[in-house]
Amino acid sequence: MFAYYLDLALRSFRRNRVLTALMVLALGLGIGASITTLTVLKLLSGDPLPQKSARIFAPEINPLPAQVHLPAAELFSNWGDLMSYTDAMNLLRARRGERQAVVALTGAKIAPRQAGRHPFFSNGVMTTADFFAMFDAPFEYGSGWSEQDGEDRARVAVISTTLNDKLFDGRNSLGQIIRVSDHDYRIIGVLKPWAPQPRFYAISVGGQGYGNGDDVFLPLQSALADKMGPENTNCWSPDANVNHLETAPCAFVGLWVELANASDAGAYKTFLSNYVQQQISLGRFHHPDVDLPDLMGYLGQQQVVPDDAKLQTNLAFGFLLICIVNTVGLLLAKCLRRSREIGVRRALGATRGAVFAQFMVESGMVGVAGGVLGLIFAELGLWAIRHQPADYAKLAHLDVSMFVATFVIALIASLIAGLLPAWRACVVAPAPQLKSV
Amino acid sequence: MDIQPIFAALRKHKIPAILIVLEIALACAVLCNAVFMISQRIGELHMPNAIDQAGISDLNVQGTDPKLANADIPRDLAALRAIPGVTAATGIDMVPLGRSSSNSNIATTPSGVFQKDSPNVAIYMFTKDGPEALGLRLLKGRFFNDDEYADSKPGSNSYVPGGHVVVLTQNLAKHLWPNGDALGKQIWIGPQDTYTVIGIVADVLRPNQNGGPSQFYWSAFFPIGPYPVVTDYIVRSAPQDRQRVIHEAVAKLETLSPNAVVKGKTFTEIRDKYFANTRSMVWMLVLVCVVMLAVTAFGIVGLTSFWVGQRRRQIGIRRAVGATRVHVLRYFQTENFLLSTAGVVIGMILAFGINLYLMQHYQLNRMSWYYLPASAIALWVLGQLAVLGPALRAANVPPVVATRGA
Repeated sequence: MFAYYLDLALRSFRRNRVLTALMVLALGLGIGASITTLTVLKLLSGDPLPQKSARIFAPEINPLPAQVHLPAAELFSNWGDLMSYTDAMNLLRARRGERQAVVALTGAKIAPRQAGRHPFFSNGVMTTADFFAMFDAPFEYGSGWSEQDGEDRARVAVISTTLNDKLFDGRNSLGQIIRVSDHDYRIIGVLKPWAPQPRFYAISVGGQGYGNGDDVFLPLQSALADKMGPENTNCWSPDANVNHLETAPCAFVGLWVELANASDAGAYKTFLSNYVQQQISLGRFHHPDVDLPDLMGYLGQQQVVPDDAKLQTNLAFGFLLICIVNTVGLLLAKCLRRSREIGVRRALGATRGAVFAQFMVESGMVGVAGGVLGLIFAELGLWAIRHQPADYAKLAHLDVSMFVATFVIALIASLIAGLLPAWRACVVAPAPQLKSV
Repeated sequence: MDIQPIFAALRKHKIPAILIVLEIALACAVLCNAVFMISQRIGELHMPNAIDQAGISDLNVQGTDPKLANADIPRDLAALRAIPGVTAATGIDMVPLGRSSSNSNIATTPSGVFQKDSPNVAIYMFTKDGPEALGLRLLKGRFFNDDEYADSKPGSNSYVPGGHVVVLTQNLAKHLWPNGDALGKQIWIGPQDTYTVIGIVADVLRPNQNGGPSQFYWSAFFPIGPYPVVTDYIVRSAPQDRQRVIHEAVAKLETLSPNAVVKGKTFTEIRDKYFANTRSMVWMLVLVCVVMLAVTAFGIVGLTSFWVGQRRRQIGIRRAVGATRVHVLRYFQTENFLLSTAGVVIGMILAFGINLYLMQHYQLNRMSWYYLPASAIALWVLGQLAVLGPALRAANVPPVVATRGA
C-alpha cells in the first residue's frame, strides 16, 4: 500500500510541478536556515570537557573594598573566577580539590631562531602544574612541568603542535630552546591538537571564547618573574603597583578546581567561605560573597553564547514557521483541487484512513525532498558562516547529529503541515464529487 | 464596491482564508522586528566619531623593552614625522574601537569612585601632538601645553595617568555635570588623583562597548610623557597616502626596534573589523526578510490561484450577468486587501509581543511605533502584488464558462 501511495504522490507532483517545487523550496529554505543557526548554537553552547565537566568548578570570591557595594551576581557575571594572585595561590596551595590550576593569558612574543624571520605574537597561557592533567590536554611528546618547577621559577615551556610545526617543522622538539618575550625557555612538552570550544579557561582572563587553541604554556611564576603581562587586569586601588602584580590589589588570574565527585562541591564551597571569612577577619576582604559554579554553570553565568546567535536561531525558527504555514496552504490547495479524484477513490472502497494515509505520505515526501534541499541550503549557510569574521566561524560544520536532525525536523514539519490538508481530504463526501463528473 | 459578497465567499473557504491571514500576520510580525534590528545595527555602523577617521593610521608596537621607552618613543615619533605626507604623529595607550582598552571609574568627588554608579570611562593617554594626530575637535577650553605633557608620569599603577589636567568628551562632561559648565571642574580617579577639566571635545568612541550604548562616548583624554603605557603610534596623513605611509612606517619601526612586532592598520580597517559582526548580522537579517517576503508572496499566489481555479464557474456566471473584467479584478484585490488587513492587525499585535519578549531576554530597545504601520503597508503592497497575477487570470475568464458544465 505504501508503495502505491508513493506512486500516487509522485504522479500528483508531476501534475503540479510548479506548486510542488514551491512547497519543497519554501520548506527547504526554512529548514536550511534553522539547521544553519542550530548548528552554530550547538557549537557555541557545547561542553568543552564532556567527560568531566560536572567535576570541574570555578571558585568565585569578592575582593572589592568595603566602600564598593556590588551585588554578587553582577560582580561574578563580570569577573567570573578572576582573582588576585595572592588569593589564587593561597587556594591553590590549600589543595582542597583533586587538582587545581591558576590560569592567566599573555601575549607571548616568539622570536624564531632562523635568521631573517620576524618575531611574532602568539597566545600564551601562564598556568600551574595541574593544568594539563585537569583539562585532559593530550601530549604528543614529553609532559608538563611539576609543582616544584613552578616554585623554582623554572624556564620550561609546553608548546602546541601548531607552534611546533611552525618553529621545528613538526619534529620532536623536546629540549630545544624557545625564546618567549625575550627570555629563553626549554621545551619539555608538545601537545597534540587541543582546542576546547569554548575556551572556557580564557573567558575571565581576557581571551576569546572560541577559535584556535593556545600556542605556548609557561609556568605562571616563571612568566610573571620575567615580567610577562596578563591580558586582563582589574585593579581596585589607584595605588596598585602594576609592576609587582603578585602582591598588587589586582585580579588577573582565574582559578579552576577539579573535585573527585560532583557532590564534593558543598564541602569545597564551605572551605571557600571559611577562607573568605578568615580574610575578612584579617581585614583583607570586606564581602562574604562566594560562588562555585561547575563548568557548564560557569559558561551560562558568563553568557558565552552571543546574543546574536540566539536571535538568529529565533529568527530562523520564525521563518520555518512561516514556511510551514505556507506549505499547509499549498498542500491544501493541491488536495482540494483533487476532490474529485478522492471522491472516486472513496467510491471504489478506499476508507477515510486510507485517503488520510495517502495524503500524509504525500506530505512526508515533500518533507524528505525539503530536507534534502534544506541540507544543501544548510551547507551553503554554514559555508557562508565560515567566511564570517566571528571567532567561532571557522568551526561551523554540519555533524552527524545535525544531519539526522535535518530530516527529523523536515519530516515533522511536513507531517504537521500535511495534517490539515489530509484531514480535509479524508472528509470529502464522495457522492457530490461523483455527481458533477 | 459591495464587500458583502466577499465575506459570504470567504465564509465558505474559511481554512484557506485563515491560512492567508496567518501567513501575513507571521510575516508582518517577523518583518517588524527584523527591520527594527536592522535599523539599530545600521545606526551602530554609522555612529559618529569626532576624529579624522579617513586620515589616521595606527601602528601597534609590542615586545619592546619597557626600560627603553623613554628614549625609544621620542626617537620613533621623530622617525614617523619624517615620513613624507605625515602631518602629525603621537604615541597613545589605545585606539578608538581597537582591541585593547584601559578603563577606570571616575568621580566628581574624592570618595565618589567607590560609589556603585560612578561612571566607568575609557582612559586615553597620548603624547605631545595627540590632538592634531587624532584630529580631535575642540568645542570649549584648550588642549594640553608642553609643560603638561612633560610632567605627566603615570603612578605605580600605570593605568592611572600622571599630570593634573584632562579633556573630556561633550557626552561625558554632560553626564558628569548635567546642568553646568564642566570647564575648570575636578574629577577624581583615586582619592589622591585629581584632574582639572581644561577642555571639551566632540564625542569620540571608546575602544570597547563597556556599559552599552549610553556609554559609547565616555572617553577622557590625558597627557602623557614617553612611558611604556604608550603601545601605539597614530599618524595622520591624506587618505590616499595612508597605505604608503603605513608601509614606510612599519619598515622604519622594525629597523629601529628589531625585537618589536609592528602592526600597521588604517583606522578605516580598525573600524571595519570592529563592526564586521554587526555588518554580517545586518546582511543576514536583510536576506531573511527578502526570502521570507518571497515565500509569503508565493504562498499567496498559490492559494489565490487555486481559489480562482475553483471559482471559474462563479466568475463566468458573474461575467455573464454583466460584471466587467474590472469588477472581477477589483473583487479579488478587495478580497486580498481584507485578508491582508486582518493579517497585519494580528501581525502588529504579535510584533509588539515579540519585541517585548526580546527586550526581556536580549539587549534590545523598545521598537518605535512607526515600524508597525510601515511593515503593515509593506505587506499590504506585497499582498496586492501577489494577488495581481491570479486576479488578472480571473478577470480573463470568459462569460461563456457559465454555460458549460463545470
